[in-house]
Amino acid sequence: MMFRRGQSLLMDALLLHRLHFAFTVTYHYLFPQLTMGLALLIVVLKTVALVRHNERYNEAARFWAKIFALNFLIGVVTGIPMEFQFGTNWAQFSRTTGGVIGQPLAMEGVFSFFLESAFLGLFLFGEKRLSPWAHWASAFLVFVGSWISGFFIIVTNAWMQHPVAYSVLPNGSFEVTSFWWLLMNPWALLQYAHNMSGAVITGAFVMCSVGAFYILENRFAEHGRIFVRVGVIAGVIACVTQIFPTGDLHGRYLAQHQPASIAAMEGLFSSQAGAPIVLMGQPDEATQSIDNPIVVNNLLSFLIYGTTRAEVKGLDQFPRDQWPSPLPLLFYSYHIMAGLGTYFALLMLLEALLLWRGKLFETRWALWLLLLSFPLPYIANTAGWMTAEIGRQPWLVYGLIRTSDGYSKNVSAGNTLFTLLGFMGMYTVLSILFIILVYRTVSEGPSTGNRPLGTKTTPLTMA
Amino acid sequence: MGFIWFWIVAVMLAAYVVLDGFDLGVGILHSLLARSEPERQIMLRSIGPVWDGNEVWLLAGGGTLYFAFPALYASAFSGFYLALMIVLWLLILRGASIELRMHIDDGLWRSFFDGLFFFSSLLLAVFFGAALANVIRGVPLREDGYFFLPLWTDWRVGPQPGILDWYTVIGGVVALVALAIHGALYLAVKTEGDLQARVRTFVRRSWIVLLAITVISLIATIAVRADTLTNYYAYPVAFVIPVAVLGSLGGILYFCRREADRNAFASSCAYLSTMLVGAAVSLYPRLLPSSNDLGHDITVQNSISGPYALRVGLAWWAFGMVLAIVYFVVTYRMFRGKVNLDGGGYGH
Ligand code: HDD
Ligand code: HEM
Ligand code: HEM
Repeated sequence: MMFRRGQSLLMDALLLHRLHFAFTVTYHYLFPQLTMGLALLIVVLKTVALVRHNERYNEAARFWAKIFALNFLIGVVTGIPMEFQFGTNWAQFSRTTGGVIGQPLAMEGVFSFFLESAFLGLFLFGEKRLSPWAHWASAFLVFVGSWISGFFIIVTNAWMQHPVAYSVLPNGSFEVTSFWWLLMNPWALLQYAHNMSGAVITGAFVMCSVGAFYILENRFAEHGRIFVRVGVIAGVIACVTQIFPTGDLHGRYLAQHQPASIAAMEGLFSSQAGAPIVLMGQPDEATQSIDNPIVVNNLLSFLIYGTTRAEVKGLDQFPRDQWPSPLPLLFYSYHIMAGLGTYFALLMLLEALLLWRGKLFETRWALWLLLLSFPLPYIANTAGWMTAEIGRQPWLVYGLIRTSDGYSKNVSAGNTLFTLLGFMGMYTVLSILFIILVYRTVSEGPSTGNRPLGTKTTPLTMA
Repeated sequence: MGFIWFWIVAVMLAAYVVLDGFDLGVGILHSLLARSEPERQIMLRSIGPVWDGNEVWLLAGGGTLYFAFPALYASAFSGFYLALMIVLWLLILRGASIELRMHIDDGLWRSFFDGLFFFSSLLLAVFFGAALANVIRGVPLREDGYFFLPLWTDWRVGPQPGILDWYTVIGGVVALVALAIHGALYLAVKTEGDLQARVRTFVRRSWIVLLAITVISLIATIAVRADTLTNYYAYPVAFVIPVAVLGSLGGILYFCRREADRNAFASSCAYLSTMLVGAAVSLYPRLLPSSNDLGHDITVQNSISGPYALRVGLAWWAFGMVLAIVYFVVTYRMFRGKVNLDGGGYGH
């Protein structure tokens, strides 16, 4: 990273602003990925309950609503700092690009947060007062709200990855020139598809995991089977979509528009025709080589260009100050994401096969795999974002603004470190509370009988 | 365009103060006025289904500010860095405490979150008041449009002010008293019996404090910024605003005495909005005045976004607001009436 020699690492303001944002956003995203995935699955549960008049599915939906509400709460309280940080930590960036990215960010507030918060209240408290259809509709609108929210934030990020529809004003700031082109940025559409499918993976794995737990423990086994069935079906669809078409297309587009980034992700130091894929290895920037490599020849050229002969640009084509940094972290993040993606697809195909053959609920090792796999999508999603965000370096807006020009120069390193530590402490406490409460909810289990939310054991307010 | 967006942002932030204001007020009062666990639950339930939606006005207003006046957003948010971070932490603590309190049925657990909820609501009210006072007082803007304020220096309104000085502390106290009363009046609408009587008494007793501190703050403002009244002299009709402030103050007491709780609450909404509108009128066209003589005020003209964005923005904003208002009407209608503790958690 770019800090001056002789200076303590923790006194470099740029580095601290980056860590500040990276830490808070990475933590934030642990929650919305489950919210967005579960929102969809809850709609599925409610739909089955309504169409088949099956009360078990309503109980399942109520159970997941409790988990959803807890998760949503942490998502909300950690999301608010994200919006503020554009101004507090990235002031120069906000000043020059606010005319463009302020638009999707403001739209996110106006179009999705209002929708989500209003209908979540109705969904959680209104079951007794609303007709079954109206209650279904409130679940559906919560789903719509959270997915719109994801869309606007991805549009914002996509503009930073691949700026479109802008012009530069005389004072050096950017102005949007086409509203639709900004929202329909092809990068945003690809990224959105890939990202949302990643969120569904998280939702599906978590649901499967709880279900497998109940079946293995033989408590609430009937609900457990519903969870596993819905989770595996959603999971197999999402896991396949994650690789093909969304991951594949995203990678090709990336190769076209951020060639330095893909070279670094793949650890390709020198350009070559018939470029290999490195399955494993440790990049060494000094010698510009990969230690202990395990490679598949020609595969990279084939994946990007559809022919094993095509030449892929390596890092040698780019001046050193345009290499993403820290490069090894980028390389590992990408490999973790893609490696886990492969595992997810294999796992879910296998589980789906067992489900289809009617053997899954008796196959203990398959249930154990489901039970244990739930943390992995969180890791994959985080790694995916690290790939995207570090790959974008050294640019804050690709090709236009360097990260080193975007941060708040008037906020000193000392102040930044102070608030970074503050957030770390705060989020540690939140994590502990969250884990305790989710654990309690899971061990209480879905209530049987017709007892809507809001009665005795459930909290009285939103969550 | 500048004029329109100035008022759009001002109205959204005022909506935030009026709506989330009563949530904060309830937070300040719930440990003071409730005598028993059921009463505390009633108080919390009165805001339970709505506080998150109310808080969205802050986000939507902030987002709109960012979109319309990016240079202001950049300068103000980085310059008030520490205060904003503290506000963020308080928002986190408040959200967590109201929601997590009821998850475990245990006295100590609840008391802990009650304390946290009280503490964060109280400090948030003070910080919001102080924030507005900072904007009115102005900040030492540099030529590049940035500044950085420590939390406090010597507590004087000098050339090197801190975020907290005697003037901004007055602003904080105004907000604290006003929001406590606002919350109390909301509770008067939503509760009945003993609790309701106690809440009304609280309003009647503290009203005089609100009157006094409001007048003090107006005088202090004129003392701190000589140009406060420039716009008022230019457009004397604007003097209806201070009159309306006093009128609504009177309304609070009058209606509270007569136990016309809805009207009293409406007066309090009017009081908060007229105070804010009054401040906005005296600021316009400045968004963040400079407190030194260099004259680098951040104004509507020198911080506004490009015309195309603003034109498109007007269209989606109007559409979005219609939707938001519909949601609010639906939610508040669903949860209208007095709060009670039996049944599905919320009912008539
Ligand atoms: C469950 C999560 C998950 C899984 C299994 C995968 N991804 Fe992914 N990926 C994401 C979650 C994710 C993400 C978190 O959603 C990212 C980060 C930014 C974004 O929009 O999506 C992402 C970004 C991302 C990018 C863009 C990087 C950039 O913008 O610099 C590429 C090229 C891929 N992915 C490719 C793949 C491939 C080929 C995978 C399969 C083998 C794969 N992803 C599995
Ligand atoms: C939730 C998923 C996200 C994760 C996990 C994530 C992760 C990161 C990481 C790791 C960095 C630090 C990069 C570095 O220092 O090398 C970073 C920086 C940044 N990201 Fe993201 N990001 C996410 C989403 C977003 C979104 C949606 C936006 C925009 C709307 C965004 C805007 C930024 C900005 C402004 C920076 C600071 C500048 C920089 O270091 O590039 N991020 N993010
Ligand atoms: C810099 C990046 C980000 C910013 C500024 C941001 C901002 C926010 C804010 C302010 C909230 C609270 C909304 C409320 O009060 O209801 C929130 C929640 C949420 N965010 Fe983020 N966010 C960021 C990253 C992301 C990413 C990458 C996603 C997903 C793709 C995402 C999806 C959501 C969702 C679905 C919610 C609703 C609450 C929840 O589901 O937990 N956010 N975000």
